[in-house]
Amino acid sequence: MNVGFILRMARRDTRSGARRLALLAAGVTAGVAALVAINGFTSNLRDSIASQARQLLGADLSFEARAPLPGLARTALDSIGGTESEVTSFSAMAYAGGSETARLTQMSAVTGGWPFYGAIETTPAGAWSQLQLGRHVIVDPSLLSSLGVQVGDSISVGATRLEVIGTIAAVPGDVGVRNAFGPRAFMRGADLDATGLLGFGARVEHAVLVQLPPGADAQSIAEKWRLRLRDLRVRIRTVADDQARLDNALTRLSNFLALVALVALLLGGLGVASAVHVHIRGKLPSVAMLRCLGATSGQMVGVYLVQAGLLALIGSLAGAAIGLLVQKALPALLGDFVPVDVAFHPSWSAAAVGTVMGLWVAIAFALLPLLEVRRVPPLAALRQDVSARPGRDWWRLGTLAALGLTILLLSIWQSRSVRTGIVFALAALVVLALLRLTALLLMAVARRLAPALPFAARQGILNLRRPSNQTSTVILAIGFGAFLLATVLLVQHTLLRTLDVSSPSSGNANMVFFDIQPSQLAGTDSMLRAAGVVAAPPVAIVPMRIASVRGIPVSTLQADTLREGRWALRREYRSTWRDTMVASEKLVAGHWWSGPAGDTTRISVEEDVAGELGVSVGDGIVWDVQGSRIPSVVASIRSVDWARFEPNFFVVFQPGALEEAPHTWVVLARVPRPESRGLLSRQIAERYPNITSLDLTLIQGAIASLLGKVTLAIRFMALFSLITGLVVLVGAIATSRFQRVREAALLRTLGASRGQLTAVALAEYAALGAVSALAALLLGGIAAWSLSHWIFQVPFSVPVGAAVILVAATALVTMVVGLWTALDVARQTPLGVLRGMLE
Amino acid sequence: MIRCEGLSREYQSGGQPLTVLKNITLSVEAGAFLAIVGPSGSGKTTLLGLLAGLDQPTRGHVMLDGVRLDTLTEDGRARLRGERVGFVFQSFQLVPTLTAIENVLVPLELRGRSDPDRARQLLASVGLGGREQHYPAQLSGGEQQRVALARAFVNTPGILFADEPTGNLDAATGATIIALMRELNEAHGTTLVLVTHDQDLARQARRTVHLADGEIVSDSAA
Repeated sequence: MNVGFILRMARRDTRSGARRLALLAAGVTAGVAALVAINGFTSNLRDSIASQARQLLGADLSFEARAPLPGLARTALDSIGGTESEVTSFSAMAYAGGSETARLTQMSAVTGGWPFYGAIETTPAGAWSQLQLGRHVIVDPSLLSSLGVQVGDSISVGATRLEVIGTIAAVPGDVGVRNAFGPRAFMRGADLDATGLLGFGARVEHAVLVQLPPGADAQSIAEKWRLRLRDLRVRIRTVADDQARLDNALTRLSNFLALVALVALLLGGLGVASAVHVHIRGKLPSVAMLRCLGATSGQMVGVYLVQAGLLALIGSLAGAAIGLLVQKALPALLGDFVPVDVAFHPSWSAAAVGTVMGLWVAIAFALLPLLEVRRVPPLAALRQDVSARPGRDWWRLGTLAALGLTILLLSIWQSRSVRTGIVFALAALVVLALLRLTALLLMAVARRLAPALPFAARQGILNLRRPSNQTSTVILAIGFGAFLLATVLLVQHTLLRTLDVSSPSSGNANMVFFDIQPSQLAGTDSMLRAAGVVAAPPVAIVPMRIASVRGIPVSTLQADTLREGRWALRREYRSTWRDTMVASEKLVAGHWWSGPAGDTTRISVEEDVAGELGVSVGDGIVWDVQGSRIPSVVASIRSVDWARFEPNFFVVFQPGALEEAPHTWVVLARVPRPESRGLLSRQIAERYPNITSLDLTLIQGAIASLLGKVTLAIRFMALFSLITGLVVLVGAIATSRFQRVREAALLRTLGASRGQLTAVALAEYAALGAVSALAALLLGGIAAWSLSHWIFQVPFSVPVGAAVILVAATALVTMVVGLWTALDVARQTPLGVLRGMLE
Repeated sequence: MIRCEGLSREYQSGGQPLTVLKNITLSVEAGAFLAIVGPSGSGKTTLLGLLAGLDQPTRGHVMLDGVRLDTLTEDGRARLRGERVGFVFQSFQLVPTLTAIENVLVPLELRGRSDPDRARQLLASVGLGGREQHYPAQLSGGEQQRVALARAFVNTPGILFADEPTGNLDAATGATIIALMRELNEAHGTTLVLVTHDQDLARQARRTVHLADGEIVSDSAA
């Protein structure tokens, strides 16, 4: 092998057609940029979490429970001997004297010096230090605007009034999306009793946060107490736990986005393969001649491999540079999901890895068409009618295997999971295969229609079949990006539609009133009636825990650490009683009760919980309802559609057993006008401060904005695929330029005007874009339907308008990019072309 | 210098075997100037390809400069060509992305050598002094074929194969090319094997082999 010859030939051969070859390089640029950006962001994120970990908790250690901490937890805290602070969190309705609404607010009552690490930033600055000095409250700005009050005014929370002394600017450890479900507010622990809100049925989270004395190790303290306190339903959190959990969750998100980015790179690889294929086809006569002059097949493959490698390196380096710029923009896109400030610093390792990946993918994809060079017989320099040497080509098979392995390894690497990687790689291949199939079908239809079309449209469609066309590659490259966008669009639409309570036609309840005490039920009902609101029958809620399953006490079952579903044993159940099933339920096993209750209390259990508990029809469960034991027998198992905004239950009791137990009521109502909803919640909060009213349209809005942010991130990454698709399109047009120019010259010689030539090109690219987008939409529809049906289990629906826009926009962009690239074709003079005087 | 025995070549054409060359036995001494002539489809180019080791015979074998070609691999034959054989083609076959001098240097560079002075000298000897940096597209057909000639002689091959070297040129330019080939043949003692259907050109050779239907019908010395 003569390396000097290979390098020299590679360099000289790049001199001509540099523009065309640059497109080969650009194929991988967008993909590398996307990968570098997301991987760089992930690395920034990890660093930020590590450096800000202690601020996430604001303490070294925290003990948390749904009830005031039991004696053993107290003993543990005393033995640690650190500085303590108490934070009690609960939901409450807040309203102001003149406000026409009340807002559900996430209250935190703070005693002591939390946060020990980091600081809660307020406007005006320093308000936090004033919190403990009076009946003060610091709130999210959104609460002030919705109640129409300002700093200095007072708001009512439960039975007390608090003075607003500032607004929250930043709370370390809180993600931006958190306050989507209700503004936050901080008050002092000393005013907690005055609210009167911590009575029966209230959902309260008690936390004691500890700053350890010097030398104490949070992790070993946590290990020492964790198991013993777990049975008492006390959780211990440490900084390291939080960091690991966060790392895990965020890494999963970034890995998912990295897979979307990988799609862009692999599509780029496809573009490289197609560009190399055309490039090499033009070189075959030279290759045959050089073989005559004594070049070995290895030397010839070497020349073009080095050339492709060098160009891919340039393309990858450009991608890495763009990726670093995009990385800087990602915190704005993903920042709301991240509880730390992500400090930007260029991740050189991500850039290096991205460059290597770009190079690797480009070479893996380029190798297949490059191998054609090996099979060029030298005789081809003398005769045009000789074809490549026949026979099984092991090199080709080996290259194919290496290509498959490349895709698989990169998928596994980017998803950090063998299983996910394999599934992803297979799914990508299936989508590509289906996309191609769909495109072929659409093309066949278009060809059938072509003869009936006017000249320009007919010629344009037929042009897609010109010899050595790259129609398939272009359709795959553009189609895959459009497919990703279509899937995200359809799933988002389907999910939001399921949650839609605002449309007049839905007829669903759009307000929920929680925690209604039995004594308040009649009063609430009359208030609703006075407001002219139709409410559904009230639903009782009885909090309870499991005491034993099939005669075995929960403590014994929990001690079995190998047992699955321990959460189902530990959790607090909020059950109800009724004598009929509701629309969201379906019987899976057993019978629903009818007639009066007998001696045994019958219950119906949701199928997943039944599975976790390992119970079936006829098994006994004993419940601990506020201290008294209630035995029951499983009479039926139900499936429940949780996706609906309706009170659904894991366990439903036959009427007769629970009515005497302490319980609260929930009422659902439909209040069409937003201002009536605000006023009603305000009136009820004033009369019954403990009742929580939830405006479901606000929740729906919160979920919509959350979903919007998630899908925006996915769409952003999917955009790189679409960009790659367009680069592949530009490359395909550039490589077929010579042919196009000759065709155009011929048509002009025969009398075609420039306008007609433009119309032909327009028709060609419009057809290309429309076929890609339609195939993508069809497949995206199938994917979104599958996700809706199997994963989210909600009815699928199509946003017709948005789907039409997606197809039209894809076709339009394809058309514009195509026309712009091919603009100079119509400008060539026919004579110049026919005499072969192309520049 | 070149010897072939019982050389036959069959192709598959439409599922039927098609015999293009039938049992050719031929030997060419060193320094000879041989013209292979015959009508289109008589097997001239096939014979040239087989003699140069560009293709493999169905039966028979070729000895090139003492080496039996069928004992070599494809790449082995390529190396042998690179060292001892030069080529001139009907369609010139210059690499369009290389300048004239770079095209001439290719056979040397393939063997890891370079000698720009010699290339320049050869280009001057075919009348292209000062045109070294021109690309093929900037040269006329006759000039391109002269570059091809310079390339063919750059590694002083023992044998030069030429396939219809004047086929794409007008009569006057063709005559210049042939004169150049003769000059180089005589100056370097190169064995010259030429395929043509141009009778005028064939007359200049010292020996002429006539092919028809894949068989030698006459073999005459001038």
